[in-house]
Amino acid sequence: MIIRGNEPEQLRLLRKLYKPGNYFMQGNEAVAYGALFAGCRFYAGYPITPSSEIAETMARELPKLGGYYLQMEDEIGSIAAMVGASWTGFKVMTATAGPGFSLMQENLGYAVMTETPLVLVDVQRSGPSTGQATKGAQGDFFQARWGTHGDHPIVAVSPTSGQDAFWETIRAFNIAEKLRTPVVVLFDGVLAHTREQIKIPDVSEVEITYRKLPENEEEARLPFGDPHGDGVPPMPLFGHGYFTHVTGSTHKETGLRDVYTPEVHDRLVRRIHRKIEKNREVYEKYEEHFTDDAEILVVSWGVTARPALGAVLRAREEGIKAGLFVPKTVHPFPAERMRELGKRARAILVAEMNLGQMIIEVERYVNDDVLLKGVNKIGGVPLTVEEILREIRGVA
Amino acid sequence: MAKKIYSTYPMVKYLRKEALPTALCPGCGGGTVLNAFANAIDGLKIDPKDLVVVSGIGCSAWIASPYFLADTLHTTHGRAIAFATGVKVGLPDKKVVVISGDGDLASIGGNHLLHAARRNIDITVILVNNFIYGMTGGQVAPTTPFGAKTTTSPYRNIEHPLKISETVAAAGASYVARWTTAHVYQLIESIKKALQVKGFSLVEVISQCPVQFGRRNKMKEPAEMLRWFLKNSVPISRARNMSPEELEGKFVIGEFVNRERPEFTTELNKLIDEVQEHFGLKEE
Ligand SMILES: Cc1ncc(C[n+]2csc(CCOP(=O)(O)OP(=O)(O)O)c2C)c(N)n1
Ligand code: SF4
Repeated sequence: MIIRGNEPEQLRLLRKLYKPGNYFMQGNEAVAYGALFAGCRFYAGYPITPSSEIAETMARELPKLGGYYLQMEDEIGSIAAMVGASWTGFKVMTATAGPGFSLMQENLGYAVMTETPLVLVDVQRSGPSTGQATKGAQGDFFQARWGTHGDHPIVAVSPTSGQDAFWETIRAFNIAEKLRTPVVVLFDGVLAHTREQIKIPDVSEVEITYRKLPENEEEARLPFGDPHGDGVPPMPLFGHGYFTHVTGSTHKETGLRDVYTPEVHDRLVRRIHRKIEKNREVYEKYEEHFTDDAEILVVSWGVTARPALGAVLRAREEGIKAGLFVPKTVHPFPAERMRELGKRARAILVAEMNLGQMIIEVERYVNDDVLLKGVNKIGGVPLTVEEILREIRGVA
Repeated sequence: MAKKIYSTYPMVKYLRKEALPTALCPGCGGGTVLNAFANAIDGLKIDPKDLVVVSGIGCSAWIASPYFLADTLHTTHGRAIAFATGVKVGLPDKKVVVISGDGDLASIGGNHLLHAARRNIDITVILVNNFIYGMTGGQVAPTTPFGAKTTTSPYRNIEHPLKISETVAAAGASYVARWTTAHVYQLIESIKKALQVKGFSLVEVISQCPVQFGRRNKMKEPAEMLRWFLKNSVPISRARNMSPEELEGKFVIGEFVNRERPEFTTELNKLIDEVQEHFGLKEE
């Protein structure tokens, strides 16, 4: 029941419905198809621009694959329903934008605490508040990291194009399943609505992973234990007669609540952190262009990484030793690599569609003698190659 | 000592012994509700393996989660029904039950309650209405009687209480009933019916919180509260011929609706079948 129906049947359906080849589609549609290829068969959501086409695509396609689309009464209910469905074995997803992401935060924390795999796509739009509801932005970098309360780890990935969105959504599912954790996809309104050529692969080219299930009764009795030493407990699904108790309150390895013993809280929350920290190879991902000899390093993410690459290419043509570093998993930040690159660069420019968010993260890993500067733009219009190039020339 | 009491309690087989004793105050109506629920499960011979119990946050949310030995999901405040919706879609053949308080289900969670009733998803909700926010210290609730005293209405409550059963019946539920903890046998029967109905069912239980409500409203003893329930309960058949003035401060008890309507998970699965058929996707 991890994926409704048996796998060969699902592969047959996917092949029959989505012929490999090039399609002209929106980034939002690419996210939805990525989810379908990853095995998502449960979607609960609430419409919000600029994410709605993800819901619309899922509502249209999921029933064909035997999957479920639920339009809930609000975003809080959407993520709640996802958690419930995930405990029955479904791979689950929702998509939203700023205000909806804000509403989901409490239950995102619940998913972290109960180690429930789910994928939450935040199609970032301009804010604060209703802001420019239809315009793209990159202002939720820290909301993804610290939006919910308490000490908690989070994994967030960020695609840089429509094609990338297809693959990154699949990767988000694989991370969520492997680490039994919620994963945020920080997409944005610009790519969400950009139509471009997107290649749909054959299903055999897609790597799909599933959550670890208990191997025996003993493991099933410890839904929050660590029998394999990797920090990731096998997940005893509901409906299998295990009598599993799941609570967002501090719990022991058995799942039973204990909010009074300091050690129990310490042990649980540290393990949840450790399972993310120790499994970097599961999620760490970044892209580099011309970083070998770069004196000026542009760091960028998501939608802005594309004009940033254009600017670096143009700078190279002009003989400027520029390079580009793009974290694809933005949380946890690729600290090690950033530190190495930060040692070599003379100047670092952080380009993003906000007033400076990822730059705060970058700053933690670079020395004081490096010139660190933000290239920022808000207002709903993405940075252009020209705008970023101008800044590169300025520090060359 | 405590062990001895459990061992003579016939419903103990349904409880998670390692979680006992319960955290409920002595004399709390929550115990009656847990007992009634266990008896209904026992009466219907439902295998607890076919049961998922979901609750929100509050004293009443603890009644069955963690104490009931089944798959139990103790969720965030107000959201139990939304979590249960996901569980039910994933496990349409299991009994999915929500047990939680009035503050949890009808205040912060009121929206989910209405929409689950509208959708008519096959979930049974046992809503424990004790007129108060018990767990957080006895603050005014949307069910607090007009004029009653609470820690946040220290002079008197000037808001009108929500009529939960009436509201949920109007929203489209398949089955709605209200009883008090002084009507245990009727309560058990209603829970049994609710569990058997294919659709959204609500059993509202008016329950005593002597500690946070009774104490501040001249009913310190649990028995005083039960006497108050008995004295002021009006069967729904009689209530239909009474004026709103006559019904002021009364507890209307009985079955509000018991009807068949298309159920959500059944319709959802039907729709999937139709779509797969239409696009020629069924296995050859
Ligand atoms: C989002 C949120 N707001 C507030 C609370 C605090 N809180 C915990 S229980 C509760 C009230 C519970 O009242 P009710 O559902 O009537 O249950 P009772 O304790 O009376 O049985 C509140 C407000 C919370 N846990 N979460
Ligand atoms: S505070 Fe009230 S509702 Fe809570 S356990 Fe005590 S008596 Fe019951």
